Amino acid sequence: MRQNGPLALIFHTIFVIVMAAPILVVCLVAFTPEGFLSLPTNGFSLRWFRTILNYPEFIHAFWVSLGLGALSSFVSLLFAVPAALAIARYRFRGRDALAALFLSPLMIPHVVLGIAFLRFFTSAGLGGSFAALIIAHVIIVFPFALRLTLAAATGMDRTVEMAAVSLGAGGWTLFRRVTLPLILPGVISGWALAFIQSFDDLTMTVFLAAPGTETLPVRMFLYIQDNIDPLVTSVSACVIAITMTALILLDRFYGLDRVLAGKGDTGR
Amino acid sequence: MSAAAEERSARAPWALTAPALMLFVGVLLIPLAMTVMLSFHDWGQYKGIEPVFILKNWHEIATDPYYAEMFWRTFRIAILTTFLTAVLGAPEAYILNRMSGRWKSFFLLIILGPLLISVVARTLGWALLFGGNNGLVNKLLMSLGAIRSPIPFMFTETGMVIALAHVMMPFMVLSVWAALQRLDPQIENAAMSLGASPATIIRRIIMPQIMPGVLSGAIIVFSLSASAFATPAIIGGRRLKVAATLAYDEFLNTLNWPLGAAVATLLLVALVLIVVGSNSLIERRYAEVFR
Repeated sequence: MRQNGPLALIFHTIFVIVMAAPILVVCLVAFTPEGFLSLPTNGFSLRWFRTILNYPEFIHAFWVSLGLGALSSFVSLLFAVPAALAIARYRFRGRDALAALFLSPLMIPHVVLGIAFLRFFTSAGLGGSFAALIIAHVIIVFPFALRLTLAAATGMDRTVEMAAVSLGAGGWTLFRRVTLPLILPGVISGWALAFIQSFDDLTMTVFLAAPGTETLPVRMFLYIQDNIDPLVTSVSACVIAITMTALILLDRFYGLDRVLAGKGDTGR
Repeated sequence: MSAAAEERSARAPWALTAPALMLFVGVLLIPLAMTVMLSFHDWGQYKGIEPVFILKNWHEIATDPYYAEMFWRTFRIAILTTFLTAVLGAPEAYILNRMSGRWKSFFLLIILGPLLISVVARTLGWALLFGGNNGLVNKLLMSLGAIRSPIPFMFTETGMVIALAHVMMPFMVLSVWAALQRLDPQIENAAMSLGASPATIIRRIIMPQIMPGVLSGAIIVFSLSASAFATPAIIGGRRLKVAATLAYDEFLNTLNWPLGAAVATLLLVALVLIVVGSNSLIERRYAEVFR
């Protein structure tokens, strides 16, 4: 295949710089020693990371986000794993419709979901509660959990299962000892991707969160609405670091290209 | 297979999907239906929400030019964002695809990685780069001699489109990338051996083949941009409203839920119609590619 010409490489360089610039700038400003926003910044200090500790609302929001992400991804897998096994293995009437329904949270704008959940949980008497957040997040991360589990279940070698059945295994034992271990990489990656989606969601959560249940993105958003200072950049840098860690884990377990390859399409 | 086993295998998929199905009907379809109903309810500053069936909110949206302007701005921003991602993302995907193994995966990570990084953090980065009249972007452009006086980026549609295009770019690159994977490099070589110039190859060989990828990427980028919330809210500020930020205001500041529900319903319906319509158009036009 032909090589990229000099023009193409210049275009590529500018493209990559522009793509990385906003994220690098946030991380750079986070280490500023100044008491205000200054760009370019000179010097290096951790003062704004220490300052986070003086803001309990950020710390609390972090724990809410962490708990919410971990729990909602886990719960969504409890629903997604059996559904993925059914969709991967059986050809039944309504299968395509079901798959489309399960992937639909990808297509419905999150602002509409936020409004729908706000209306629903307020009339159910759960407005602003942590339980409401968990249920809402289970729905929005479900497509990611389902898709990765589905990929693992579709590519699974069924002969091992048949061997286990011939040896007398059945039902729960078969699932726990044979099927689950075989699809586990897909399930764990599904959990990690679902966790990142939940951890990063702002648009839907901003409708549901109340002062005690604000997640980190919501807290950051509300803070930025009032003023932008180095504090919010150091919080952002922490968020970026956490996401990067999850990304690297995901890459190790599953391969990032495989995770992302399915992310763009809307369920076809 | 015995009759009992056959019956079991017919029932098994439903038993396995039943929990998820009940979850989705209970906490997705019902809330969505409630939102549509809410848009027909009445609201007053002192009486709150009144569960009656009236067309007041829909009439207000249809007649008040404020909403027409707001929806037009929303879709204008989404169209410009889509255009920008297509014009820059498609060539970049093509260049990436021609790189060798290690560089390819390295740059793919840099370009696609932001997809998973918080939108708030990414938009904050743009707010820092734009930052008033002496922001970094303006300083750079002025020192390069590209502009004489600083361009206002914050609280303008220009800034919103740039920041949104950055947020949406990975979707476009991914989509074109997927189309490029189906492309047979031998066709390019054949064209070259027959004496086609690089420009001809791109125009006659590459473009027609990656067009379905560009278009399906465009649909994703358009629908996500038209319903984007964080970027318009942070870059656009409180004055420059789009559909998502207006709905947010109606729900959490004005507390006029029925009107906010009407705005959200209209956004959802418009997007579903546009996405489904253009999807079927593309599939008809490029039927042979999707086969």
